[in-house]
Amino acid sequence: MIRAQQIPEELGRYALLGIALLYLVGLVALPLAIVFVEALAKGIGSYVTALLDPYALAAMRLTLLTAAIVVPMNLVFGIAAAWAIAKFEFRGKNALITAIDLPFAVSPVISGLIYVLMFGAQGWFGPWLTAHGIRIIFAVPGIILATTFVTLPFVARELIPLMQTQGNDEEVTALSLGASGWQTFRLVTLPNIRWGLLYGVLLCNARAMGEFGAVSVVSGHVRGLTNTLPLHIEILHSEYNYVGAFAAASILAMLALVTMLAKTLLERRHPELRGAAARS
Amino acid sequence: MSEGALTLPLPGPLPAPATARPRRGFRVVPGFGLTLGYTLLYVSLIVLLPLSAAFVRSAELGPERFWQVVTAPRVLASLRLSFGSALLAAGINGIFGFVIAWALTRHRFPFRRLFDAIIDLPFALPTAVAGIALTALYAPSGWIGQLLQPLGIRVAYTPLGVVVALAFVSLPFVVRTLQPVLGDLDRELERAAETLGASRFQTFIWVVLPSIWPTLLTGVALGFSRAVGEYGSVIFIAGNIPMVSEIAPLMIMTKLEQYQYAEATAIAVVMLLASFALMFGINALQLWGQRRRQVR
Repeated sequence: MIRAQQIPEELGRYALLGIALLYLVGLVALPLAIVFVEALAKGIGSYVTALLDPYALAAMRLTLLTAAIVVPMNLVFGIAAAWAIAKFEFRGKNALITAIDLPFAVSPVISGLIYVLMFGAQGWFGPWLTAHGIRIIFAVPGIILATTFVTLPFVARELIPLMQTQGNDEEVTALSLGASGWQTFRLVTLPNIRWGLLYGVLLCNARAMGEFGAVSVVSGHVRGLTNTLPLHIEILHSEYNYVGAFAAASILAMLALVTMLAKTLLERRHPELRGAAARS
Repeated sequence: MSEGALTLPLPGPLPAPATARPRRGFRVVPGFGLTLGYTLLYVSLIVLLPLSAAFVRSAELGPERFWQVVTAPRVLASLRLSFGSALLAAGINGIFGFVIAWALTRHRFPFRRLFDAIIDLPFALPTAVAGIALTALYAPSGWIGQLLQPLGIRVAYTPLGVVVALAFVSLPFVVRTLQPVLGDLDRELERAAETLGASRFQTFIWVVLPSIWPTLLTGVALGFSRAVGEYGSVIFIAGNIPMVSEIAPLMIMTKLEQYQYAEATAIAVVMLLASFALMFGINALQLWGQRRRQVR
């Protein structure tokens, strides 16, 4: 009797496993694989040529520049926000946390649109900016602003729950022993949150370098000037230059792989980080 | 959350003052004014002010014109496609995401850790890369497209392509939300049910499902809210045929390119309102799930 029951049970288990893995392979693993296959479809020579194209290099430079400005800005913001929210009680705290989360709920295209409404030629500050010869939309500052909006929550979201569980005891001890506020932050808080900080920065950076929709709205798509790497991919793809598009895509895919590897290693060493990530 | 509070004058369960708020001026940890001030300034300038621009600018249209814009057939079709396919994709992931989360937490098999890690790929892979990769894969000549072609199924350049792209981006939300809860499930309860003669199916329906379904719903809602506004991974595979496979974010983009800012903003406001409503719904769901788990 028991045996007769066990056989279909085993079968069911393998069928379930098979379905799960098939779905994962078809939807996630193969898209990753095809990026590299298509990039190398015409040999390594064409791949390298595509990457060394001056427009591709300019796009990579702009993507790196954007991340180099946006990530530190949102890093400082994330620390300040987590400090205020985790270490103190005040009215409206939940509203503030919701406001920090808002960018995650907004469609990328709308994230770009709202900056056009502010700084575009017909925007709130448009006439003033034009009169002073400042260009934000269809220029690099717009790309940086839209990317800042999109990636704003990453570091803060990682740090807030982490600092809330750590509490204030260690800081209070340091302060009562005569440490200054800055010393307390640098020598007590920072070492406690450094892995969470790294985790948040990793995710923030990956999104900053890969953002497409928001940047697409504000960029103006000028080759060599306001094209980030994701926008460069779109242009090449629309021109049927598949090797070029997938070569550029392979750079971003490698960035994603490195990010995932670092994230997995961090989670393995510090399981408490994983809980915070599940919420994001 | 109260362990984050720092105000000294409350040792032990003293009778709380009428206003249960901690007294000011007794903070030991410094930097409250500086960090909160900076946070408020930054959030206001980067998030709140630009978002309010969308609402103010769309109000300039007047209610009648606003209604005309968002109920125009092509706009309505795009909204229906975005919301409908996001719902379908999130629902499909509710089933497959559950099976994957179950397999990863309950079974041991080769490369389990690799499969577990790869779930995060849609989080990490830029949407434009996902878009061209899915298109290459599901196009009629692609690896998967040519398998589906003889069956009469066309994915790329149809609404089905939109669903595939949205299923890709929303998958990790379902799996990552479910995993910790499935891991925490009390397996003694399932054994007890089986000892009492329940079949595996009955155990699943009456023991497992009731304790995880708020979480499952939360994961599906999170996936839906991500999918509904998605742009980059969709526009390559969708074909973008007006009235057929044109998503709402692309509609906004098209209006912008034609310098119809007010109209673009009107569509954006509809989507923003839906997103905010979803956000509050998800918060309520999460609270419900937590409370339910505590009771058990």
